Amino acid sequence: MKPERQSKGAAIDLESISKAYGGFKALDGISLRIEPGEFMTLLGPSGSGKTTTLNVVAGFTDVTSGKLVVGGKSVVGVPAHKRNIGVVFQHYALFPHMSVGRNVAYPLTLRGVDQAQRKARVARALDMVKMGDFAHRYPSELSGGQQQRVALARAIVFDPPLLLMDEPLGALDKKLREWLQLEIKRIHRELGTTFVYVTHDQEEALVLSDRIAVFNRGRIEQVGTGRELYDEPKTLFVGRFVGDSTVLRGEARSDGASTALRIAGETVTAPRRIAGEASPVMLLRPEKLAIRRPGQSAVGTTNRLPGTIAEVIYLGSGSKYEVRLADGSTAIVRSPLTGESFGLGETVELCFDGADAKLLADDSTADATLT
Amino acid sequence: MSALEPTTPSAPNRAGWAWRPYALTLPALLLLVAVIGYPLLTIVLRSLSEPQWGVQNYIWFFGAPVNLTVLQRTFVISAWVTVVCAACAYPYAYLMTAVGPRVRLILVLCVLIPFWVSGVVRTLSWVILLQDSGVINSLLRSAGFDGIRLIRTQTGVVIGMAQVLLPFMILPLYSVMKGIDLRLMRAAQSLGARPSRAFFTVYLPLSLPGVYAGAIIVFILALGFYITPALLGGPRSTMLSTLVQTQVLSLLQWGRGGAMGVVLLVTTFVLLALAAPVMRSRYREAERR
Repeated sequence: MKPERQSKGAAIDLESISKAYGGFKALDGISLRIEPGEFMTLLGPSGSGKTTTLNVVAGFTDVTSGKLVVGGKSVVGVPAHKRNIGVVFQHYALFPHMSVGRNVAYPLTLRGVDQAQRKARVARALDMVKMGDFAHRYPSELSGGQQQRVALARAIVFDPPLLLMDEPLGALDKKLREWLQLEIKRIHRELGTTFVYVTHDQEEALVLSDRIAVFNRGRIEQVGTGRELYDEPKTLFVGRFVGDSTVLRGEARSDGASTALRIAGETVTAPRRIAGEASPVMLLRPEKLAIRRPGQSAVGTTNRLPGTIAEVIYLGSGSKYEVRLADGSTAIVRSPLTGESFGLGETVELCFDGADAKLLADDSTADATLT
Repeated sequence: MSALEPTTPSAPNRAGWAWRPYALTLPALLLLVAVIGYPLLTIVLRSLSEPQWGVQNYIWFFGAPVNLTVLQRTFVISAWVTVVCAACAYPYAYLMTAVGPRVRLILVLCVLIPFWVSGVVRTLSWVILLQDSGVINSLLRSAGFDGIRLIRTQTGVVIGMAQVLLPFMILPLYSVMKGIDLRLMRAAQSLGARPSRAFFTVYLPLSLPGVYAGAIIVFILALGFYITPALLGGPRSTMLSTLVQTQVLSLLQWGRGGAMGVVLLVTTFVLLALAAPVMRSRYREAERR
């Protein structure tokens, strides 16, 4: 959060919120504090509870237990239409029988805003999303991106202190999505409203958010800035869900302050160890890995693993390699354009500095929810 | 086919194909001409030519107050039937969109089963239900109320006709309602509309095309009803079709009967033309473009 921002957003407190559907726990004790004016993204795979959390805050779903405070007031049991919260849906949800102008005016009409003021505020909201020339069109005459901008204007026109967005760009193509991400960021800066944004796209979360809450199986695994989640993941799930990663598993041995993994006859070490009984794994980001031809000297790297190039992906700004290791697992390596290039099937050595490896507790369930 | 389209060797061929889809409508067109067009033409001609050429039949129709009263009553009863059908069909059709497939099947069957029973039988059942010593009045009396006159009243006619015509309202309403995105209601609530307000500002306007479609079918079918008003009605609830029947079959006045039919047809067209602007919706036209 930038301190200079004139914040008129509401703070949100979720305290051990649970929601059960029969025996299935959609939310299993969610606690999260969202600061006024913050851009908070709820990130997770489908079925992880992020949309349920959004629906709970919006008032569409009631909770089985827990406390929910928005702007200092408990809203448990308050119906959706009394919460004064803007919501943008993935499916736009524009009223097809109303023109763009009437759609945006709808929340103002409900609040008894007089006509002159209504007109001015509708025009301002439409200008903010750059749809000012479309007030007389009908939703069916607009493209998906235009419809979503109108839906955004409709959700902010009544100045709600909190705006919820449920995968708003999910149905749009990549170029449009990237452009609208920047638009949403700009609107968030201009309004100072608290934004809560749901997505399963970790890149989108990194672009947009002040902070990200990573959801998995009805729980929050970690809350932090994008950099914190990428550099210091607290769980294997977070490490694998946010950004590309390579996970090394092997027979573990810890002595003193370091951990060694034995992988298909080779040993790699990291100068760290994890607490508890769980077996440790190493997580490495693609830019922390390097590949060398066998026998080539590698300065500054303490660990080497033999492998073969299984896939070469040209990215424009560089190349991404998938390296098949002796134990059958795959490592992802990003190398700059200026580096050496390698061919498919080539035998190489994977090198990394033990200090760059994150040691995390193994979690076999992470595989199930990620694939 | 656009004139701007680039001319390709196959273009003349395609122009030759253009009329072919219309050819598929030929059987239907022939049937319509034979069973609607020709009789209609005959009626118009007879109304102007029997007993001699001229408009004497129309002068007679508009000169006799009883004819105008019956014409007016015909439209009033049909309008009431339409209103009663809409009021009964709307919640029923909505329920059909809200339940699971099994219950929906049962609801559809309940709509269709009356179709499989002859209209005469259904109307006679209403006689049993509505008559002064019938089921409804017996129930009322045993509950301590006074009996009410239903048979041979306009109310009785409206009840009977509404029951017969109800499916024609339910089915178009259901087909429109099942296309309404219920998530729009959630959106309306998030914008501050309490559920009743969301219904009147979002759901109802979106369902109106179904109401209009059903209303037109029911209203027009009701205008020409004969059996139900004849059996359930009395002299004060005679509809135009009964008068036509009297003129044609009892008095053999084909010209007068024809004139009545033409008047009914023209009045109906005029009413529909007046109602058309109300039923037009810009957003649906926008959707079609």
